[in-house]
Amino acid sequence: MSAAAWQAGRADPIARFARYLHSRPRLMLALLLTPPLLWLGVIYLGSLLALLAQSFFYIDEFSGQVVRELSLRTYAELLTEPNLLVVARTVAMAAAVTLACALIAFPVAYYIVRYASVRLKALMYLGVMVPLWSSYIVRVYSWKLILAKEGVITWLAEHLGALWLLEAILAVPVLGGPSLSFSMFGTFIVFVYIWVPFMILPIVAALERVPRSLMEASADLGAAPIATFRRVILPLAFPGVVAGSIFTFSLTLGDYIIPKVIGTSHPYIGTVVYAQQGVAGNVPLAAAFTVVPMIVMAVYLTIARRLGAFNAL
Amino acid sequence: MDSSDVAVRFDGVSRLFGEVRAVDRVSFSVTDGEFFAMLGPSGSGKTTCLRLVAGFEHPTEGRIFLSGKDVSDVPPYERNVNTVFQDYALFPHMSVQENVEYPLMIRKLPAAERRRRAGEMLELVRLPGFGARKPAQLSGGQRQRVALARALIGQPRVLLLDEPLGALDLKLREEMQVELKAIQRQLGITFIYVTHDQGEALSMSDRVAVFNHGRVEQLGTPAEIYDHPRTAFVAGFVGISNLLPAAVAERIGAGSRSFSIRPERIHMAAPTEPAAEGRCSADGTIRSVLYYGAQTRYLVGLDAGSELTVVTQNSDASGLRAAWSAGERVRLVWLRASERPIEEGVET
Repeated sequence: MSAAAWQAGRADPIARFARYLHSRPRLMLALLLTPPLLWLGVIYLGSLLALLAQSFFYIDEFSGQVVRELSLRTYAELLTEPNLLVVARTVAMAAAVTLACALIAFPVAYYIVRYASVRLKALMYLGVMVPLWSSYIVRVYSWKLILAKEGVITWLAEHLGALWLLEAILAVPVLGGPSLSFSMFGTFIVFVYIWVPFMILPIVAALERVPRSLMEASADLGAAPIATFRRVILPLAFPGVVAGSIFTFSLTLGDYIIPKVIGTSHPYIGTVVYAQQGVAGNVPLAAAFTVVPMIVMAVYLTIARRLGAFNAL
Repeated sequence: MDSSDVAVRFDGVSRLFGEVRAVDRVSFSVTDGEFFAMLGPSGSGKTTCLRLVAGFEHPTEGRIFLSGKDVSDVPPYERNVNTVFQDYALFPHMSVQENVEYPLMIRKLPAAERRRRAGEMLELVRLPGFGARKPAQLSGGQRQRVALARALIGQPRVLLLDEPLGALDLKLREEMQVELKAIQRQLGITFIYVTHDQGEALSMSDRVAVFNHGRVEQLGTPAEIYDHPRTAFVAGFVGISNLLPAAVAERIGAGSRSFSIRPERIHMAAPTEPAAEGRCSADGTIRSVLYYGAQTRYLVGLDAGSELTVVTQNSDASGLRAAWSAGERVRLVWLRASERPIEEGVET
């Protein structure tokens, strides 16, 4: 190839277009970003704004029609006692589920990152992920059978002579019930089971980023393992815990299937939204209810930030 | 040998990783207050030895003593030894001040004393006023100094340094060499310094242990190591060295043993140079010339076989770039006393 041919390069239209873009990086960036930005701006944020707008409409009690006028009437309805109780119950459940997920996930994640061999690591990743590939509904219904009065847990308790313990747990007021599958404990157990992978994975990611030499340095400088955990590992892995808790917390706040299938008939935010926009036809109230988790998450993240959860990022 | 001036003693120590003997029956002692270098190529076992002293590894065989006390099974946080890590290992979520105070915080010393001593340490490493910064806001050289301050603040008996200058550029590295040596002399602490850089090992240490294949190949002062290398490996690893096999030595009339000779001990002369008493000479052709500014390095192919590297100082005021050029015929002359016989049968 002669030098002239080398410099001229290919002459077909695609090559010419590529050269045209190459010399105009801004145009290229605009072309690349426009489709995803449209998606994000119009479909994603747009629908969110539409939802927000809905919550400022209200329903005419006489006709049952939605009145498209800006008003805080729906929010006034949201702030009545039974509705506030639903919010409080849901937030308490989400907090308990998040805490339990963190307590279960951290040791698992730590084991995966620090101790598991390459083979075992792959197996453990699979163990965490595979449940996510199977149907959520099927898993929730299988838990109904596991937790039922005639289920595996009762059977196991009988054979271990721990029936008294199960009965004591079920006798707890509010949280207990006739059987685990008809109690708040049951709802809690299934929530924790379903969301725990969303806590394990971010903690694994955070721990992977903590070099082993930091732990060695801490030990070298005189810190016993517990001090190293408290002063070095936990602070550096905490952004992962916070990331995981965003998942477990918000997923629990919005879920409506688990409380419907497992537990008492006490309503949660999700079940109320489902009922209001469906049977009751009160879309404004449903919209107002969905605003609640957003506000709760915003408050939660602000507090986490204040506590320094993101300082190690 | 349990006298009180021995800081560290290895007694037949081996460390196996599966089937691999990373450290193979190593025994040596480091004297209190000594600057002791462990020199060797990567994978030679020097870093594993350092980690054995720190307590991150435990010996598979043999015992390790610190100040006469058997510490083979003592965890790192109970040893009076601190480490400067190769990657510095500064805690990224803490400020410089908190990093340096860390050992004192762990020992629950009062805040005022911690602050005072950390201030002194930052002064020592010439970083006063840097306490509020985060490690990410520092340059490599500054992080190095913080790591040093953090390792020294607990007043360890022995300081371990794992290739501490490896990540720094040449200029900074030379500066830090001088500074480290000064700090060591000022504090009187034993330094054990792991490096693969022979220049660093020779210039800074009181004694050098040359590692190869998990064993200490030679242990001695820098001058002993450089001037009297015991094995071909040591001769080749420390400085540039010429190794003449026995057959070639015999052909040029230099005895029947293989020997090594340093390139700066060889004089390069015209082929007409007469032979002299106590000297040995060999003729050859210059194959390549490498100009280094202060020195020029020639590679000469001997007629008798084998190649020799010759280094000449460019101290001639005339400033000619190189007195000889490739392809020229030369006679190499050296004192018989410069020849260093090499132990036979030692693999390189």
